[in-house]
Amino acid sequence: MQIYLPIAEVSVNALLLLGLGGVVGILSGMFGVGGGFLMTPLLFFIGIPPTIAVATEANQIVASSVSGALAHFRRRSLDILMGLILVAGGVIGAAIGVQVFALLKAAGQVDTLVRIGYVVLLGIIGSLMLIESVRAIRRTHQDSTPLRKLHQHNWIHGLPFKIKFRSSGLYISAIPPLLIGAMVGVLAAIMGVGGGFIMVPAMIYILGMPTKVVIGTSLFQITFVTAFTTVLHATTNQTVDIALAFLLFLGGVVGAQIGARLGVKLPAEQLRVFLAIIVIGVCGKLAMDLLLQPSELYSLGDRL
Amino acid sequence: MRIGFTPILLCMAMASATPTVGEEIISALSQNRISITANFDGSEIFIYGAVKREAPVVDGDLGIIITVVGPFEPTLVRRKDRIFGIWVNANAFNIDTAPTFYAIASSAPLKEILHESESVRNQIPIEEKIEAASSAESQSFVSALVRIREKQGLYSELPDMVDLRSDTLFGTHIALPANLVEGEYTATVYVTRDRTIVDKQESKIDVQKVGLERWIYTLAHQQPLAYGLLAVLLATFTGWAASVVFRRI
Repeated sequence: MQIYLPIAEVSVNALLLLGLGGVVGILSGMFGVGGGFLMTPLLFFIGIPPTIAVATEANQIVASSVSGALAHFRRRSLDILMGLILVAGGVIGAAIGVQVFALLKAAGQVDTLVRIGYVVLLGIIGSLMLIESVRAIRRTHQDSTPLRKLHQHNWIHGLPFKIKFRSSGLYISAIPPLLIGAMVGVLAAIMGVGGGFIMVPAMIYILGMPTKVVIGTSLFQITFVTAFTTVLHATTNQTVDIALAFLLFLGGVVGAQIGARLGVKLPAEQLRVFLAIIVIGVCGKLAMDLLLQPSELYSLGDRL
Repeated sequence: MRIGFTPILLCMAMASATPTVGEEIISALSQNRISITANFDGSEIFIYGAVKREAPVVDGDLGIIITVVGPFEPTLVRRKDRIFGIWVNANAFNIDTAPTFYAIASSAPLKEILHESESVRNQIPIEEKIEAASSAESQSFVSALVRIREKQGLYSELPDMVDLRSDTLFGTHIALPANLVEGEYTATVYVTRDRTIVDKQESKIDVQKVGLERWIYTLAHQQPLAYGLLAVLLATFTGWAASVVFRRI
């Protein structure tokens, strides 16, 4: 069943899009990751132009993160003040990112730079995951977890503009969350990812936020920042394809439910190794595309 | 002597002119309108007709050439080069104008039924349709454009694909791929005698996005802010609806 995507102006198989959404949804349901960092490069592979893939993926992430954010909001398991500061940073980052993206698009360099970005990103995530999960598997055999200090004082506490974050029980400067939010915003705009995989560890290890509010706050930021990014891409680059986003989301939402149920039953650590291998595989394919001489050196620019 | 020569000349002139006067094309298309809908997967048009004659069939080889040309657009062609080990778009060349679609079908290989000069004068070969500043570099970019569009099914040459019966009836199918550009397409039928064009007829084909496709495309390009907000609203609603549905299950 072919479907003609109105903005991408290509005809693709609707079942392929649903399936792709489903598979990435299963992975994100199993591991609690957003999936944007896998979906965007997979869209490149099936022939969606990178300019469209990145902007549309931001739109899809709005749909996949909003329900999680709402659930955390109902349970009050998020830090709204921290979330708002992260959103403020994210909006600034996204605004810069979309402008950079438009410049790259005009120069015909979006494809290459987004691909390089993904090789670096997936390379880092994949290898960290692999190392982490292999270690975790070993640890279950030895069963000796070293204790971490509960609350560490570091350079963060020396910065000005301190704010009291009640839900997190923190009294820290607003600068680090602003910067973290901005970095995630840039990534959302240029790479089409939610950025949870960076924000969550940053909140835990740099800001020292308690784990119980981290996921909710991260989803809160992602929902608003990807929504803002979608609107900016739509107005600046006209590259958001509603039809594509909708199909990916339909597949994704079903996949995520299946994944969440599967994840409970299957051994977590082995699954993590599996995900790490997928991530490294996608990274390898992207790297090969950049390094090997393409069969066609010429390409046609975007239509005016 | 002087008096006798003129009628002979006149006769000769008339003889060579008869095909022009005597052979006319009557042609039609299977459709004048192509609608790009949500499940558009390419289309095919059937172009058919007959060669109408007042006089009996004259000598000489008859040929039919049918072209379909899409809207013209300036096109940027980029070339990759290896920079620091990575293949990056390095050079770009602007082609002033090129058809977004071009198909030539003929009843025999083009060279056999049409003089080179006639062919160029009537801009029949694809290279004649593309306008670009000529330089040493431009040739490689123009041929890359032709090569890429051929691969996408947008440019095609179909010798022997016009079915010609009893030197009178003809017909051909032209495939239109899914990645068609909107606009006005022109189908032209040429009839040739001894490699010279004796008649031609043009018909228009309108290619347009319709329905939801049209609406989404127009909104995205003419009211991008409204479109962006709609995209966010739709995503928020589907995300929320999905969570409600799955909580029940």
